[in-house]
Amino acid sequence: MTVERVISETKDQFPIGMRVLAVDDDPTCLLLLDTLLRRCQYNVTTTSQAITALKLLRGNKNKFDLVISDVHMPDMDGFKLLELVGLEMDLPVIMLSANGDTKLVMKGITHGACDYLLKPVRIEELQNIWQHVVRRKKFDQNDWYNSGSQDKPHMGSGEAAGIGKVDQNGKLNKKRKDQNEDEDEECDENGHDNEDPSTQKKPRVVWSVELHRKFVAAVNQLGIDKAVPKKILELMNVEKLTRENVASHLQKFRLYLKRISYVANQQAHMVAALGSADSTYLRMGSLNGLGDFHRLAGSDQLPNAGFRSFPPSGVLGRLNTPAGLGIHGLPSPGMIQLSHVQNSGNAGNDQSKLQSFVIPGNHNANILLGMPMSLELDQLQNNKGVRHIGELPTADNTTVFPVSGSLIDARVAGCSNNPLLGVTSNSLMLEGSSHQAILHATNLRDSVSTMVFQNGNTLSDFNCIAPASNQLRDSKSNLQGQASLISCNAGPIIRSDPQEWNAPRKDAPYQSNIMCCSINSSIPVNGAMVQLGQCLDQNNPVFHRNMDLDSIGPPNFVDPLSIKHNKGESSAMEPLVIDKEGYLIVQQRPQGSYIPDNIGPLGDLASAIMKQDQDKGKPADGDFGCNAYSLRNCI
Amino acid sequence: MDVVQLQRQLVDYRTSLYHEGFLDEQFTQLQELQDENNPHFVVEVVSLFFEDSERHLNELTTALEQQSVDFRRVDAHVHQLKGSSSSIGAQRVQQVCIAFRNYCEEQNVEGCLECLQQVKHEYSLVKTKLESMFQLEQQILTAGGSIPM
Repeated sequence: MTVERVISETKDQFPIGMRVLAVDDDPTCLLLLDTLLRRCQYNVTTTSQAITALKLLRGNKNKFDLVISDVHMPDMDGFKLLELVGLEMDLPVIMLSANGDTKLVMKGITHGACDYLLKPVRIEELQNIWQHVVRRKKFDQNDWYNSGSQDKPHMGSGEAAGIGKVDQNGKLNKKRKDQNEDEDEECDENGHDNEDPSTQKKPRVVWSVELHRKFVAAVNQLGIDKAVPKKILELMNVEKLTRENVASHLQKFRLYLKRISYVANQQAHMVAALGSADSTYLRMGSLNGLGDFHRLAGSDQLPNAGFRSFPPSGVLGRLNTPAGLGIHGLPSPGMIQLSHVQNSGNAGNDQSKLQSFVIPGNHNANILLGMPMSLELDQLQNNKGVRHIGELPTADNTTVFPVSGSLIDARVAGCSNNPLLGVTSNSLMLEGSSHQAILHATNLRDSVSTMVFQNGNTLSDFNCIAPASNQLRDSKSNLQGQASLISCNAGPIIRSDPQEWNAPRKDAPYQSNIMCCSINSSIPVNGAMVQLGQCLDQNNPVFHRNMDLDSIGPPNFVDPLSIKHNKGESSAMEPLVIDKEGYLIVQQRPQGSYIPDNIGPLGDLASAIMKQDQDKGKPADGDFGCNAYSLRNCI
Repeated sequence: MDVVQLQRQLVDYRTSLYHEGFLDEQFTQLQELQDENNPHFVVEVVSLFFEDSERHLNELTTALEQQSVDFRRVDAHVHQLKGSSSSIGAQRVQQVCIAFRNYCEEQNVEGCLECLQQVKHEYSLVKTKLESMFQLEQQILTAGGSIPM
């Protein structure tokens, strides 16, 4: 084993000097890797033993920026190392292998790898690995500090191009990158030191219920196809609203509509699969919530920020609790959600959140924000959730997320790396039927979290909807490389209040679907939320983003939602993909602010929600723009 | 032979190795990684490969001689061999490894033994060829010339 360390004074010239730890038991490959990395001007340390690597990493947590590890090693399984690194050090880990089997790659993803390279590795691939470091840093920061810097309007035109690409993973990546750049500009308060500080801050436009209502009315009047920002602006006749604001809002709206239709589709599937319309509960499956989010953020990598953009509160609110379920978008890489729970200081908050979250049961599960939630909804419900969550980490990193069938579908749509997290030991499995619709993935780090809420009776039921396991499995593969996993359990879940949901029943699925969208960095959920919000807006603000969960009325939104947004049931859903902008919740930027990094899935959600509340203040308003109304409206 | 002739010989020889599939573009990458800071990189890596491969081949031979073959072990070695051969561009060796792994999955001892023979054969071929090539390079250097890319 050779250990070389060159003191790098080139931190400022990042990625030059990035400190990489390379682990591979094959000396030929190790030497090659070492040479390639040096050629990329990274600061390389190599070792042929995983154990040594861990020692090095533990010795000083700040010694390295990135780890590259072989999968097959004699002393320790590469995946195990991956998990440990993610858990303990929260560093991005790239897997390397001569074997490119889909299953293996998926395993890597679920364990939290931010990339998977095939041998022989080429220098071109290594030249870009620094993105994982930046992404992680950025999203982490965003989560914490970014309560207002990501303004929708800002993103507006800049993101226009990006937004359009949300649907595809590849594009998602790009989008995310763009977003990143965009965010960078606006995040000076975040203390980003490696990005240009934003030079100008435009006043954020808060899309209040009222405003959104006007917007929707204007769009309806013009016809969705003919609705152009300029005309909408004129019709709305609101002072200080710019065409750009409207343009970006419109974009989100469109995406939302797409998602709804997709969700509707999914719902249909789900309902069919489940066979019964009532009591579908949304399962909150947070795949490694944090981890996933993390991953989600990445474009093709597991997005980190996926969840961030959710306005957890919005969606969760619906759930009646700030579903801090793993909304934290920032899961540290590879962190097990559960562990996050433990680790995060917000645990306390989470707890409360979780609890509240659990309560709703009836309300609505619709909010599925794809937050990575630990499946322990049951527990949460009884307030044990929190505790439970805390316990989660103890589990072996496998979280089973009950995923409703539909979720899976949704999930699949455009999920990028959100592997479903299956919490095994902690067994979020609410239902006892472990694994049933849960994607059981060991260390689903990046799994998509699907939140399944169980409507209706108490959250304690968070039974996982047991979608056919196949669905999960399938979705799993879909997830692979998918940007966001949308775990929306839409539809059926919302059943909790039959009456309330009746009308929208149909829509409910959408809603939930939308809500549950996986959290990919792009938080499609936001988008969905928005959409839903819109619908609801018309009916009532059902959803209050900030913890007004209780005030949320029946999801009326469902109706308008379905009406409006059902665009064809095409299943091209990618809308659920949460793009960087956290579309789902119509939140433009990563909701990082409220997602404390290591809160366990539920905790995350809760805290996310909480945070959102705190950050946002009033429910209806929100810098989350979409969030605001999505939350409001979401039931 | 003078330097120019040697150089030409080297280039022709190298080209033939590519044509015959002994080497692939990964080997070219290796050559590109060699520079003044790292003047012996290719020889180093290839030597490591030889050592490593011989170890794996021995292990494979032992494993396949057992009464009850441990296919996981066999597979592990083949996998490693595949990885390292692909890393240096030893294409034919890599290809045999792929077939080898399939037989392992099927738990087909006969097939595995056959592949083992093939791998050994391909390995010794590529080893000989690379060693000849290195010798040629050394001759050029000794004669005061430089290695053509």
